Amino acid sequence: MEPARLHGDDDLFKRALEDRDERAFVELVHQYQDPLIRLALVYCGTRAVAEEVVQDTWLGALRGIERFEGRSSFKTWLFRILVNRARTHAAREARTIPFSSLETAAGSEPSVRADRFLGADHPDWPEHWSVPPRSWGSPESELLSKETLDIVLRAIAALVPAQREVITLRDVDGWDSGEVCNVLGITETNQRVLLHRARAKVRAALERHFDPDLE
Amino acid sequence: MMPTIVDDLACKEFVELVTEYLEGGMPAPARARVDLHLAGCPFCTIYLEQMRQTIALLGHLPQSEVNPRALDALLDAFRGR
Repeated sequence: MEPARLHGDDDLFKRALEDRDERAFVELVHQYQDPLIRLALVYCGTRAVAEEVVQDTWLGALRGIERFEGRSSFKTWLFRILVNRARTHAAREARTIPFSSLETAAGSEPSVRADRFLGADHPDWPEHWSVPPRSWGSPESELLSKETLDIVLRAIAALVPAQREVITLRDVDGWDSGEVCNVLGITETNQRVLLHRARAKVRAALERHFDPDLE
Repeated sequence: MMPTIVDDLACKEFVELVTEYLEGGMPAPARARVDLHLAGCPFCTIYLEQMRQTIALLGHLPQSEVNPRALDALLDAFRGR
């Protein structure tokens, strides 16, 4: 039999379960609790409910451990349990529209408002900027104020769930696209379209904040 | 003679390609077309920079602590296995 490929977390997970290493388990919880809650919040209305779903996810993982065969990484496996539970929860609460009907294709939603560009019939510069973006003028470190981060948080919260799932895993938690597709059960193309729409909306929210005159 | 290379990418199209461009999966000719446009368009260069800043900010959202009561309950479950 081929040995399962061990990622760092898989190793921790193995230690936690096979060696009953409590510290390894606590480390896993510290590592994943926050990302789990963030993703659960996409489907659950309140933090309290999200925390409940996450708790239930960990308990489910502990119970279902025999079914973890190392074919996926521990992280992917754990987050799939969460997504299943949270979506079921959301469907039961009917808080969100069914996920199967969520917009996932490339729609007509533009990244930047059409009136920021010249018309297609412009003689010299068709569809080039008429109201171009202006540099936010600060290095990244200066952009990192609590106020700015609140704007980012609000912009994420306003996204449709399918976009919010992807931007949360990709950009907030720093996953790669393969892992995201795997956990959410979407194609690479869908993933990229959803990420694109989500980032465009967060950028637009930041622009409204840094450069309100452009509106 | 080398063919003249012309930037035929409109800014409106660029903003829809920016994610694919940043993801790095673009075929070389498409990427070259974007690079050529960026070389001559300061506005799209700013847009790209803003997109990078947006991604950086998304990666800096505050983390919260694990709720100690939740951790205790999980440890109980872990020990009871």
